Amino acid sequence: MTLIPILVLALGTFAFRFGGVLLRERITMPEHVRELLSTAAIVLLVALVATSSLAKGPSFAGWALPAGVLVGGVLAWRKAPFVVVVAAAAATAALLRLAGVA
Amino acid sequence: MRSIWRTLDAELWRGVLAIALAAAVNGASFGAISVAAGTPLWVPVVMSLLIFAGGSQYMAIGVVAAGGSPIAAVLGGLVLNARHLPFGLAVGDVIGRTWPARILGSHLLIDESVAFAMAQTDARRARAAYWACGASLFLAWNLGVFGGALAGQLVSDPEVLGLDAVFPAVMLALVLPALKDTGKLRPALIGAVIALAATPFLPAGVPVLLSLLGLLAVPRRNKVEAPA
Repeated sequence: MTLIPILVLALGTFAFRFGGVLLRERITMPEHVRELLSTAAIVLLVALVATSSLAKGPSFAGWALPAGVLVGGVLAWRKAPFVVVVAAAAATAALLRLAGVA
Repeated sequence: MRSIWRTLDAELWRGVLAIALAAAVNGASFGAISVAAGTPLWVPVVMSLLIFAGGSQYMAIGVVAAGGSPIAAVLGGLVLNARHLPFGLAVGDVIGRTWPARILGSHLLIDESVAFAMAQTDARRARAAYWACGASLFLAWNLGVFGGALAGQLVSDPEVLGLDAVFPAVMLALVLPALKDTGKLRPALIGAVIALAATPFLPAGVPVLLSLLGLLAVPRRNKVEAPA
């Protein structure tokens, strides 16, 4: 890994970020389009939750990881403080792995 | 800037700090793994400052360490980061109006800052949450990477600590309130199923982009607006 590929990846990533932000400001959008864009962001975030809970690369992540996420999710749903959600998710996954659950 | 500190309540700050701590440990692991793979110390450090997107950084280092070409590493990273474009479209008005704010704010656009902003109910809190989360994670991630690259093998595996569960759990906690709206829940669930089904077959990043097909399940506008 040399400087050139790092710079290309950095510039490309910034272009995605900046492009989206500028487009949003430049175009006046009707309400339903703005609503659709915020739905799009939620759809992407939920897909990230699903894939990062259940998969490591192309294969199944094992049970400890989704179990931790599930415990965190249930606590969040029951309006537990954020710190509790984070700690419980990590502790569940860590303890299950300690107990030999992949 | 100072208003950010006053706008956010203690609960939100504690949330930001909790995920910043997890990001610092993940960053330390990235720094240590990179150095262990034989990359010079400056590589993970410069990557984290300039790219600031953990998934694509792991991927790039992994591809090169496995003997892949830097071009493959860059292309894979770009596919993984393409989701930042629709994220920018969704939160672009939250960031601020001045050029320095737009440029700096764009660099701080990550999954977490978007999710934190979208979980807020009014525009002022959304802006404060976006900047607080983006800046805290930038600081934590980069300090973690630097420390990890220096410490090398001393850093323990984040998976042993269960820290890989923090990112999805935080994201889930932040999107839960939005999912009470069935107009968002249905497309999100369909999108998640599509992404999961595609994960074994397609390169990383593509399945998450494919989840946008779930938007086809958004209720038609004329139906929503039609008088009952």
